[in-house]
Amino acid sequence: MPTPQAWESFAHASDVGVRGRGETLERAFENAALALTSVVTDPARVAARESVRIECEAPDLELLLVDWLNAIVYAMSARGVLLTRFHVELDGLRLNAEAWGEPLDPARHEPAAEVKAATLSGLEVSRGDGGAWTAQCVVDV
Amino acid sequence: MDLSLLTRLEDCAWRLEPRGRMRVPAVVYGDEELLAEMDPRVLDQIGNVAALPGIAGAAYVMPDAHVGYGFPIGGVAAFDPDRGGVVSAGGVGFDISCGVRALTTGLALAELEPKKKELADLLFQSVPAGVGAGGRIRLGAAEVDDMLAGGARWALERGWGEPADLERTEDKGCARGARPEHVSQQAKERQREQVGTLGSGNHYLEVQVLTEVRDPRVAAAYGLREGEVVVSLHSGSRGLGHQIGTDYLRAMTLAAREHGIELPERELACAPARSEIGERYLGAMRAGINCALANRQVLAHLAREAFAKLFPGSELRVLFDVSHNTCKFEEHELEGERRALFVHRKGATRALGPDHPELPEDLRAWGQPVLIGGSMGTASYVLAGTREGGERSFASACHGAGRSLSRNEASRRFGGREVVDQLAARGILIRAGSKRGIAEEAPGAYKDVARVVEATQRAGLARIVARLEPVVCVKG
Repeated sequence: MPTPQAWESFAHASDVGVRGRGETLERAFENAALALTSVVTDPARVAARESVRIECEAPDLELLLVDWLNAIVYAMSARGVLLTRFHVELDGLRLNAEAWGEPLDPARHEPAAEVKAATLSGLEVSRGDGGAWTAQCVVDV
Repeated sequence: MDLSLLTRLEDCAWRLEPRGRMRVPAVVYGDEELLAEMDPRVLDQIGNVAALPGIAGAAYVMPDAHVGYGFPIGGVAAFDPDRGGVVSAGGVGFDISCGVRALTTGLALAELEPKKKELADLLFQSVPAGVGAGGRIRLGAAEVDDMLAGGARWALERGWGEPADLERTEDKGCARGARPEHVSQQAKERQREQVGTLGSGNHYLEVQVLTEVRDPRVAAAYGLREGEVVVSLHSGSRGLGHQIGTDYLRAMTLAAREHGIELPERELACAPARSEIGERYLGAMRAGINCALANRQVLAHLAREAFAKLFPGSELRVLFDVSHNTCKFEEHELEGERRALFVHRKGATRALGPDHPELPEDLRAWGQPVLIGGSMGTASYVLAGTREGGERSFASACHGAGRSLSRNEASRRFGGREVVDQLAARGILIRAGSKRGIAEEAPGAYKDVARVVEATQRAGLARIVARLEPVVCVKG
C-alpha cells in the first residue's frame, strides 16, 4: 500500500481543506500547517530564514488545531510572513511551537489566495487503525 | 438536492416542512434546475438554522446557495430577541460585510476603448490587490478605533469621498452600535495596513459596460444608460473582519453550551442576542461592518483618482453599496405583527422594496439597487428590491453566481495564462498578481449568474434592471 502523503489540500465546495498526517499528533499538526501554506504558495519556494513562536491552548484537540492554524493565518496576515518549517510540542491541550519562514515577496512567491481563517468545517483530529494521526479542516479563502 | 422533500409553493419557491428539531419551515427559492444541482447538504444546513432558538417566520435559501460553514452561503434567518432569539457569528461568517459597490462614470464605452489598456495598468498599480499588498494608508491604534466607529463617514472626514456617497451606502455609511472595544487587538493589528486593499479570492475591481437595460424606468431613475461604463468593486472587511469572525466563532461555540443551546454543527456558533457575549459580538460585528464600508469607500476613491488622471472631468457617482454578510436589527411584519428582529444574511443581499423609509429619497419610489457580482469574465447585474420581497425573505435577494467547481478542481482544469488569453480575445483585460489565483477564479468554475438572477426575479425577491459586462478586471 502506498504511504499517504504527509500533507495535502482537499477539495471543498467553495474553499479548500488542509490535511496533515503523522506518526504523532505533533507531526500531524506540523503537516497540517504545511498544507495551509500550500494554499497560498508552494512551501518549497519559501526559505526558512526567520522564526516565529506560537503558543495556544484549547478545550479540545479539534479546537486546538483550529487555534494553531489560525495563529499561522494571523502571522501571515499581520506580520506578512510565509512559514515553511514547523516544530510543534504538545503538552496535553497546550501547544508550543516554533515556525520558520520569510517575509512574503509577491513577485517570488506568487501567492494564489489569502486565507481568511481556519474554520470548524471538515474539522477532524483522529488516530487511524495503524496508529497514525490525521489533522484536518477547511480554510476560508 | 432531493426535490421530493419539498413542496412547491410557486414557480420558484419551495417549502421544507419542519422536521426533526426545526422550529419553523424553510423556504428555498430557485428554479427546478438550480435546486436539482444544489448540494443536498444545503437543506441539512438550513434545517439546522431553522432549529435555532427564537427563529422567526421561516429560514430562507437564496437561488445561488451552496454549502457554507454552519449556515448555508445564501441563507437568511431572523431571530427575535424578545423570544430567546440568538445572534450567530456563523450566520455572518468570516468576511463580515463583504459586499459590492457600483459607480456610474458618465463615460461611453467608445470613450474608454482607446485608453483601456492604460486604465487597466493604472488601476492595477493604484488599487492594492492580492495577498500581501499593503494599502497606502497606515493607521495607528487610535485611528483604527475611529475607523471602526465611523465607517465610510470616517473615510469621508479624511478626504476620501463625497457626502453624496453616504446616501447611497447601506446604513448611510456607518453601522450604529459599533463597539471597537469589543474587537481584539489581533483583529486591529491585522487591519493597520489593510485599509483600502481589495484582498484576493473572488474579490475584484471591474470596469464594466452596461449591455442591456431590462427595466427602462428604474434604470433611468438609477442613472443607468446602455453603453455606459460602470465601475464595480467587490471587497469586505479584510483581516480585521476575518479575525472578528475567528474570535467570536470560537467563543460562541463554547458559549452556546453554557446557554443551553445544543449545536448540531459547531459552526452554527451562536448565543442569545441579549446575553453578554451576544451583545459583545454585535458591537464587534458592527465595527467589522464599518471596516468594510470604510474599505470600499477608500477603494472607490482610488478608482476615482485613476479615472481623473485618464479621463479628466469624469464623475464617478456611487449607484449603491450593498453588503452580503451581515446581521442587522430590522423591523419586519410577520403575520400582521411588527417585530424587531436580528436578520442574518450569509451570502445574501439586503433588498429593500419601494417606499422603504431607509432608502434615500431619490430612490424611494423604485426600491433599493441590489448589486449582483458575477465572477471574473462574466456578467454582473443590477436588480431592484420589491415590495413582496419584504414578506418573502425579510427583504433579501441572491448575492452572486456561486462556485460550481472547487478551487482544487479549477486549478487542475484551467491554466492562468490560458484564461487571461481567452478573456483578452473577448476584449476583457485581466490584471492579477497570481496565475494560479486566476485559474482558481476562472469563469468556468462558477455557476451561470444569469440563471440565478432570473430565478431571483421569478421568485419575486428583486427585479432585474440592467446587465453589465466586464471590460477590465483587477483581481487580487
